[in-house]
Amino acid sequence: MALSDLWFVLIAVLFIGFIFLEGFDFGVGMSLKFLAKDERDKRILIHTIGPVWDANEVWLITAGGAMFAAFPHWYATVFSGYYLPFVVLLMALIARGVAFEFREKVDSPKWVNVWDWAIFAGSTLPPFLLGVLFTSMLKGMPVDGDMNLYAGFLDFVNVYTVVGGITFVLLSYLHGLLFVTLKTEGSMRKRAKEAALKIYWAAGASVLLFTGLTAVYTNAFADRGAVLIPLFAVVLVLYALLHGFIAKGREAFSFTITGITLIAIMASFFIGLFPNVMISTIDSAFNMTIREAASGQYSLKLMTFVALTMVPIVIAYTIWSYYIFRKRLTEDADHLEY
Amino acid sequence: MEEVLLSRIQFASTTLFHFIFVPLSIGLALIIAIMQTLYVVKKKEIYMKMTKFWSVFFLINFAIGVVTGIFQEFQFGMNWSAYSRFVGDIFGAPLAVEALLAFFLESTFIGIWIFGADKLSKKLHLASIWLVSIGTVLSAFWILAANSFMQNPVGYVLQNGRAEMNDIIALLTNEKLWVAFPHTIFGSIATGAFFVIGVSAFYLLKERQVDFFRKSMTIGLLVGLVGGMGLAFTGHSQAQYLMHAQPMKMAAAEGLWEDSGDPAAWTVIAKIDSKDRITTGRIEIPYLLSYLSYNEFSGKVLGMDTLNKQMIEKYGEGDYIPPVKTTFWSFRIMAGTGGALVGASLLGLLLLFRKKIASSTLYLKLMIPVIFLPFIGNSFGWIMSEMGRQPWVVNGLMKTADAISPNVSAGSILFSLISFSTIYTILGIIMVVLFVKVIQRGPEERKKQDVSITDPFNVGGVADGTK
Repeated sequence: MALSDLWFVLIAVLFIGFIFLEGFDFGVGMSLKFLAKDERDKRILIHTIGPVWDANEVWLITAGGAMFAAFPHWYATVFSGYYLPFVVLLMALIARGVAFEFREKVDSPKWVNVWDWAIFAGSTLPPFLLGVLFTSMLKGMPVDGDMNLYAGFLDFVNVYTVVGGITFVLLSYLHGLLFVTLKTEGSMRKRAKEAALKIYWAAGASVLLFTGLTAVYTNAFADRGAVLIPLFAVVLVLYALLHGFIAKGREAFSFTITGITLIAIMASFFIGLFPNVMISTIDSAFNMTIREAASGQYSLKLMTFVALTMVPIVIAYTIWSYYIFRKRLTEDADHLEY
Repeated sequence: MEEVLLSRIQFASTTLFHFIFVPLSIGLALIIAIMQTLYVVKKKEIYMKMTKFWSVFFLINFAIGVVTGIFQEFQFGMNWSAYSRFVGDIFGAPLAVEALLAFFLESTFIGIWIFGADKLSKKLHLASIWLVSIGTVLSAFWILAANSFMQNPVGYVLQNGRAEMNDIIALLTNEKLWVAFPHTIFGSIATGAFFVIGVSAFYLLKERQVDFFRKSMTIGLLVGLVGGMGLAFTGHSQAQYLMHAQPMKMAAAEGLWEDSGDPAAWTVIAKIDSKDRITTGRIEIPYLLSYLSYNEFSGKVLGMDTLNKQMIEKYGEGDYIPPVKTTFWSFRIMAGTGGALVGASLLGLLLLFRKKIASSTLYLKLMIPVIFLPFIGNSFGWIMSEMGRQPWVVNGLMKTADAISPNVSAGSILFSLISFSTIYTILGIIMVVLFVKVIQRGPEERKKQDVSITDPFNVGGVADGTK
């Protein structure tokens, strides 16, 4: 495997890690508006992700940095081509990030309410926009001969991309609800389970629709069917079983299945793109391949060395941090400090 | 060409805003780690109380630093795609390493530190704040490694129409990096220290919690002295570096159109006329520029006219002179604040040594506005460094005007500029308001429900963690 291919995989892994981990952070953020009955509930919910959301977000930042380093042309084309969506994404992430820190700092319901909305918007918009980003990339965008992307509104917003965005939002929400069932006790745990059972159908319909539209709007299944058809078959079967698992209270199992679904969808974008990083709708000669987009061998070798040394260490202390905070949050008022 | 201007305004404003929070985070993380170390070593409750109180500011500040930093990672591609294509190979690598090495470290361990107080042993809990502190410094190192390439490109070869890395050792031993990195870190240490000094001074003036704030003041002054002295020494090495690597920036910083005399005098202030290319009304200190530039009391410094001619020969027709007034005055503001900080910490230590600090009303009063000096110095240091680099985005390799994204319209940039300016202004105001609130409340009046002050989620964390 060429180093550039390896980096394509590594960047896929970073986005996959991001959507798996930050997916439940987003879901918990959304649940603030639906699941919480009072301020205590909200605090419990936020607390389930408190120690980890910041590190989870770093997966996205690292993915961006790795694109810059390993595929400068890809990074340049995507970030400039999707300028306005990225502006909105950044606004949302900024609002969410400070909201966690600010909301408790002033003792006023109005103030808290503003930041609750910031958390909600900041948890809903990013998965939606990332869904739009990846579906539209897989569908193809007007990339010209100079690798520049001049996209119009309908390139960003169409049936397929909107379904892609909604799929990420609903799956993240379900993923987050299941995370809440894993991290809480008592009525919160029960309510999260009930909400998960309801949202299960909407998210499932969305996944089905997304799968169908991917077959219609992209060449992914035609070109990479050997990988993608079994992958989606497994995911759809697991998802079909999920309702039963949630109902029976198999929380860890259920959470794993939503995780796998998110991972598979994110992975399918990269599998569908390969060996390109950008698909041009103007002329297939303008497709940007992994090799064309990549940095030189020296850089890639160096980066590979750094990644192979650092990633295991990062994963080790990340696991350790989840281990430290493995206990459920109790509802006992005196012991909310956790 | 308005795209270039708008992109530059956006980059400058968002980066300067981000750099309000970064140095304070670096400085406060170190000071808090020192306080908590004192607690673990000396086992006195007051040091834990100090750790908790100062961490309130740190966490608010850190949060804003983190969120404004996300845009930093993305805006090269968003607004400077031609630049990104040209340098991604060598400039993107340090950014990716920064994320992998530093961002994961600080964001994971800050979570562990905030929420893990009652789950970890005292030593592990202490280790986690040190890891956060190390993460902030590592982050500075790698981003400065990238920036140093823009100032003084090394370790690359031009091929495939771009600058590709061919020598990581050269990139990491870039002379510019090793003058800029310590300078930035000392500046950050001073920023944190003078924040602690200024806030402590406020309480000492009000005679609230005198013991608590005298101790905080002592730590602040000692750390501040290290920061101030470090700034002065590393600033001196910056000047020497500039002389041979970026002489145009140095000449602009001196407002020197023609070559200087030998020995060269340093200009304190002057009236610069960029149109007629003449500087008048200089107030000078003899020998000082020679000393700053060469570490000896002789040697002349080339002027911008001479350097511009040399550059035209090398790079073709054009104007290679940066905005002179901005560079000139930024340098003086930066150097002035640095000098003031050294003076302030020396004076403070003298007062402390004579045990007069708590009663020196004038000194304490002065130290409150001095909180802002490091921020001013940091900002103008960067303005000098980056404006003095113009018209280049990568010195000698690529011009700023050629670096922008061709596919992003002025309207889009204006939209983002307005959006970011608005949200950043709101964040800035909130930060000031929250800081004032925390200062008014003080360290003592925090009973049960005020756990929130140290804990972003109002449920546990350092405030409750050490019983």
